Amino acid sequence: MTKIFFSEDHEYVRIDGAIGTVGISDYAQKALGDVVYVELPKIGDKLVQGGQAGVVESVKSASEVYSPVSGEVFEINTALTGDPAQINQDPLGKGWFYKIKISNENELAALKNETAYNAYIQSL
Amino acid sequence: MENAVQKTPPEHLKTPLWALHKEMGGKMVGFAGYDMPVQYDGMGVLKEHLHVRSAAGLFDVSHMGQALLTAAADPAVFLEKIVPGDIVGLEPWKTRYTVLLNDDGGIIDDLMVTRWNDKTLFLIVNAACKDKDFAYIQKKIGGQVKLHYLADRALLALQGPKAESVLTRLLPVAAGMKFMTATKVTYEGHELYLSRSGYSGEDGYEISVPSSFAPAFAKKLLGYSEVKWIGLGARDSLRLEAGLCLYGHDLDEQTTPIEANLKWVIQKRRREEGGFCGAEKILGQLKNNPRRLRVGIKPEGRAPMREGTELLSADGKKIGIITSGGFGPSVDGPVAMGYVETAFAATGTRLQALLRGVLRPCEVAALPFIKPNYRKD
Repeated sequence: MTKIFFSEDHEYVRIDGAIGTVGISDYAQKALGDVVYVELPKIGDKLVQGGQAGVVESVKSASEVYSPVSGEVFEINTALTGDPAQINQDPLGKGWFYKIKISNENELAALKNETAYNAYIQSL
Repeated sequence: MENAVQKTPPEHLKTPLWALHKEMGGKMVGFAGYDMPVQYDGMGVLKEHLHVRSAAGLFDVSHMGQALLTAAADPAVFLEKIVPGDIVGLEPWKTRYTVLLNDDGGIIDDLMVTRWNDKTLFLIVNAACKDKDFAYIQKKIGGQVKLHYLADRALLALQGPKAESVLTRLLPVAAGMKFMTATKVTYEGHELYLSRSGYSGEDGYEISVPSSFAPAFAKKLLGYSEVKWIGLGARDSLRLEAGLCLYGHDLDEQTTPIEANLKWVIQKRRREEGGFCGAEKILGQLKNNPRRLRVGIKPEGRAPMREGTELLSADGKKIGIITSGGFGPSVDGPVAMGYVETAFAATGTRLQALLRGVLRPCEVAALPFIKPNYRKD
């Protein structure tokens, strides 16, 4: 059973036990436009919740990606480097950025579930 | 994520085509005081950019300032006091790119000047600069010329390799025109000012249309399958690939046309005679090279280097800054331009750019990044 949570900065983390898969939401990819470049964290990086995890750039602009949870990165989606358009095509699937060993599950309380996130983006 | 979401404050002005942009999925943002489309639903910057390079794109540039400059004698004689281009020698129905200069030779704005006849010039200036420009022209030469701001006209640009075949269906006169020439034409009872010009690196036209007729005229053009609306996002990536300057970024009041690598805007007679604002400084730089120069910058790898990125020499000394940069969809990679110390301005000079705390290699590149498609013959 996996669950997905979103930050107000429009990153998501899909939870599977103590493992989180991180990416940006469909709303975020639409707002960004065509992604042409992505910088991912390195395997072994220890990220903190709300801290910088990478960079995603569209033709228009560069945006920092913040980690929705703290933990250690153990896998990155290297396919994005050659084909960053996957972030636009399938943000919640093939467009994932990195997988992280979550160090503090209590942090999830600071995030929104899918229903709350959908209500949040409606309000923007 | 940051910068992903921008909202438009309500006080922005609207062009006569605003409702049509909204109706056709324009994503509106604030630009130069106007609520303008940055891209359109179902397209986006990348597709819009490539569409212009392969077919025809329609741009709403009605936010730009259109004005007539008239005088009892030739207004060009007076305009030449504040621009370095040869305007007196500009033949009727020819268009020239020039710059408005302050007393120090700095660029107040870049603009297009078209001669209509021996007593009338038609000017198109940047949206963000129009109030400043018109006040400056008034202050400097207002005693000798009259400036008529054409507030009731919209401006459309149709750009791309299919622009000629499309526009010719409505305006047959468009077919024979050469790059940087102009004409007046009446269409369905409305007077249009047509020039073969643009700012995308492609062949195309700019068409001044009475505001009340602009939506109907735009719809006619959009009715052809080759034509799509193009937003400000692609306008920027197109002009960057074409090596064209964006005022307020690549040009400003502290920058001379020589530093901006625009010495070609100063024709021979003006170089010999001078007689324009800042001529001493500008002609001096023409002889002895300025301290810095605008150049193209090609980043190595895929990471875009954007405005404000510092440029360093191979041995780590700060020697310049990027003033426009991003991703070039036709180049299929990052492209940029900026200012470097003159000793580092030669094409092929290896430099480094400080990107998010990391030095990355780049090199000075010839501009433009794409082969322009202007109709010169």
